[in-house]
Amino acid sequence: MSLEPFDYYRAKGLADAVSRLTRPGALAIAGGTDVLPLWRVGGVTFDCAVDLSHLDEAAVRAEPERLVMGALARLNDVAGDSHVRERWPLIAQALDATASPQIRNLATVGGNLLQRTRCSYFRSADLPCNRRQPGSGCGARDGVHRMAAIFGTSAHCIATHASDLAVALVALEAALAIVGPDGERCIPVVQLWMLPGERPHVETVLRPGEVIRSIIVPAAPPSTCRYRKVRDRASFEFAVTSVAVALSIKDGCITQARLAAGGVGTVPWRLRSSELALLGQRANPQTFQAAARLAGDGAAPLRDNVFKVELLRRTVEQSLEEAYA
Amino acid sequence: MSETPLALTVNGEPVRCSASTTASLLEVIRDQLALTSAKRGCDQGACGACTVLVDGKRINACLALAHSHAGRRIETLEGLARGGLNPLQAAFVAHDALQCGYCTPGQIMSACGLLSEGGTLDRATIAERMSGNLCRCGAYSNIVDAIAEVASV
Repeated sequence: MSLEPFDYYRAKGLADAVSRLTRPGALAIAGGTDVLPLWRVGGVTFDCAVDLSHLDEAAVRAEPERLVMGALARLNDVAGDSHVRERWPLIAQALDATASPQIRNLATVGGNLLQRTRCSYFRSADLPCNRRQPGSGCGARDGVHRMAAIFGTSAHCIATHASDLAVALVALEAALAIVGPDGERCIPVVQLWMLPGERPHVETVLRPGEVIRSIIVPAAPPSTCRYRKVRDRASFEFAVTSVAVALSIKDGCITQARLAAGGVGTVPWRLRSSELALLGQRANPQTFQAAARLAGDGAAPLRDNVFKVELLRRTVEQSLEEAYA
Repeated sequence: MSETPLALTVNGEPVRCSASTTASLLEVIRDQLALTSAKRGCDQGACGACTVLVDGKRINACLALAHSHAGRRIETLEGLARGGLNPLQAAFVAHDALQCGYCTPGQIMSACGLLSEGGTLDRATIAERMSGNLCRCGAYSNIVDAIAEVASV
């Protein structure tokens, strides 16, 4: 297969990047760990790679009330930050479980949130995929879909969102600062991703020219947390299921509970039913079991991924126990 | 594909070459600079055979856009081996940490990055932090032995 060439442009600043990215055929690139392999298989074509990796928005700043991560911070720079490890361990745990050390030294946190799905139909140019080629059909629905989503699916797409970091950020109710041609706006991180619906190729709410400037995480009251990732091998693999737990416990009673799951949704998935089952209850194995039983609420599994419903319940129970241990 | 000038520092030497805007750092290192220790295994960041150091940190050269790394300091196994075997290389030999040897340059550069990252190491930690490097001959146990010896654990 002959590859479509592209030009290279190194952005001189955020405003310059936004201006360049509003041009047709421009695509933002930072670490390149997702864009380059995808380009090689014809999964994405563009005329000009606008390189953001040299912009200043790469600092990790721990403030009394919040953590501010520049979108261009590399995964390992965040995971290795002593403030992050101490005050936002959920983020460090999710990043430690992400990809390999080599990839974590290249990949950026902003790019991680915007990574494309690992669904093999999306990444094979000769197979049908509505996300890559609208209207071509979803090959996974009646095909190989063991790894596919059980939440948020549509007739047109069942692909999972693969980020670990996103799952932790959803549980921590982080926000994104977004810069574009019309200025800056701030959205809850959970609002970044669109459900596939009838238009799975529209993946995020980012408008043309918009880029993520930073990720803002509140200084959490969660007194305990845990990111638990279940994979087909012990390391360097995407999640079959994963769960991020952030709990606040006072006098043995759960006063706040936030749970999000990865590997199971077309977008990072908040487990509201399980959260409600925890709130106001005593933190003990019975409570955790009851909450875990509700983790599959609303799931729409298919022939070969129905196992994920029970696996998710068990991942929730285990992550709750480990968070509280 | 347009070729544009590219300046890098490779194994301590400033080099200038011409590279396609779409070239990976691996392609430049191998095809332009004729440094062939870094291997093209999977070309998608899964095997680690292309591991090199950029400004002291290990990365997959196949995933790195070459022009994005203009001006950076690149180290390959050729640089590590100057003036005799590096301790990691010697340990790989002593522990039979290879069979076919295809993955070995990537393994050693990855281990080199690992040792500079700090933190407490034990065998399990070494195995986890080397998970970005595949060895299809299955020399993993000996690879961990070799790295553990150099790390004095």
